[in-house]
Amino acid sequence: MEKEFVFLEHPSDIKFKAFGKNLDEVFENTAKAISSYLSPDRKVESKKSKKIHLRASDLESLLYSFVDEILFLLDAEKFVVSKAKVSINDNQMEAEIFGDNSKEYEIKQIKAATYADMYIKEIAEGNWECQMVLDV
Amino acid sequence: MTIKKISKNEWEIPKEGKMLVPGRIFASEKLMKNIEKDENTINQVKNVAMLPGIVGKSYAMPDAHSGYGFSIGGVAAFDIENGIISPGGVGYDINCGVRLLSTNISKEEFMKKREQLLNEIFKNVPSGVGKGGELKLTDEEIKNVLEQGAGWAVEKGYGTKDDLERIEDNGCLKGNASKVTPRAKARGRDQLGTIGSGNHFVEIQEVQEIFDEKTAKAFGIEKGQITIMIHTGSRGLGHQTASDYIHLMEKEYGFKKLPDRELVCAPINSKLGVDYREAMNSAANFAFANRQLITNQVRKSFQKFFPKIKIPLVYDVCHNIAKFEEHNISGKKQMVCIHRKGATRSFGPGRKELPTIYRKIGQPVIIPGSMGTFSYLLVGTKEAEELSLASTAHGAGRVMSRSSAIRDLDFDKMNKELNSNDILLRAGSKKGAVEESPEAYKDVNEVVRVSDELGIGKIVARMKPLAVIKG
Repeated sequence: MEKEFVFLEHPSDIKFKAFGKNLDEVFENTAKAISSYLSPDRKVESKKSKKIHLRASDLESLLYSFVDEILFLLDAEKFVVSKAKVSINDNQMEAEIFGDNSKEYEIKQIKAATYADMYIKEIAEGNWECQMVLDV
Repeated sequence: MTIKKISKNEWEIPKEGKMLVPGRIFASEKLMKNIEKDENTINQVKNVAMLPGIVGKSYAMPDAHSGYGFSIGGVAAFDIENGIISPGGVGYDINCGVRLLSTNISKEEFMKKREQLLNEIFKNVPSGVGKGGELKLTDEEIKNVLEQGAGWAVEKGYGTKDDLERIEDNGCLKGNASKVTPRAKARGRDQLGTIGSGNHFVEIQEVQEIFDEKTAKAFGIEKGQITIMIHTGSRGLGHQTASDYIHLMEKEYGFKKLPDRELVCAPINSKLGVDYREAMNSAANFAFANRQLITNQVRKSFQKFFPKIKIPLVYDVCHNIAKFEEHNISGKKQMVCIHRKGATRSFGPGRKELPTIYRKIGQPVIIPGSMGTFSYLLVGTKEAEELSLASTAHGAGRVMSRSSAIRDLDFDKMNKELNSNDILLRAGSKKGAVEESPEAYKDVNEVVRVSDELGIGKIVARMKPLAVIKG
């Protein structure tokens, strides 16, 4: 299986890259990276799902909002992400976020998404990559 | 780029390019080596110097490391007529802060009950991450918390009037609950009274050494006494408030002209600038109320084992905040909007902002170390007002990444080492605790030594941890 995401060195917080064949997959693997950070000791199950719709002025802002939504669901609805199915067109996103009741897991906190060192780009034909830092 | 050493613990970044003022870093040779390892930190000090309306200098405290927009340990003041206010100068955890409680029990008394008491506190003070807390606020209550801060908690019976006097700004900044979005309120609704995870904690300590008897006495601190330290902030409500206003400011003012997208900002007097300030103040009030509720839970836990115990508040400081304060800028008194991000206010004697009990002495400055290392109580000074916009460090500052800590350090080994230093740990997540291992942090002793040598915060007492709760 191809690599979905990788955590990188960062002096104080969490930095990762996510990969994909296309933009949608990069976002889907971002969701997986976050899931693995939130619940390091146990893989989150996909028992429930939530549909979200986001619109942003650019891709970076869309990525920021996507992560913001995942963190919102955790605090406000006790819903911890496992994975996502994403479809992006023209900076608009339709997504189904899968996950479980967060009360069943030992969760590590992520305070917020950030724009620090953020990029999303197609580094070669059919080879997308994003990088992001999360404030923990 | 040349960084000029101008005294033993002061470094100047000369004005260049788009910088409007020079940068100033407070660090020893040893701390400077750490700071320079990550070029982001220096660049962030320079970037802040480019923001409209900055006055004086762009400062970095001895525990500086790279942050978002501003560095952690970044301090900057802006002219209130022509300057800006930036969520990146406050941080995502609005009014993250520390409070110190003293007690009238000794180490010997405490140690007999340590394990039971630690378990009791662990039960009564949840981390709240992914689980929420006991208290679920109604819309009306949220409004009151956001506008009354710690005062709301005291009114509800979670503390005393004496507590309020011993909190920065009496535990209440001028907020407006309607400026906090429904999303932010939804995130915070059941998080009051929870510590969160990351570097937040509740710690029980022994006062191990007094460096300034007279000031310690005034603060109610003596050698051998048990103290309690609480470190947390505004939880999801504050994080969301920062994110929400970053979005709004991007839309209104853009970010293309800024050196860093995370430095998005608004003129202080613009509608959005005022809205953010009121929302930030409201989130700060949530944090004050949060620390007050946790204090109440900690007091109740102690009372179960020590029915006659007294646990007064020494002081409560915010280390992520923007405030209006009067400062001496190039020889002239001026009202400024000062941003302290991972920095502690350090007012010397005489400031009207200090409560009468401390006004002749100076402000208590609380600097926690990492888990398992010393924490310090300092006192604010007149020198700080001259040298550093009345600011000093806020903690130890990280040196090791979280991913390296998880990869290279082991929970059981760390726990064993803590135990051999007579420190008992209760942690929600083992991996979370390893990320906060003492090895991952700078030497807090060096950080406070530099503060003391410069005179921007003088050491009063040193505390050694005996029991730690991590989220």
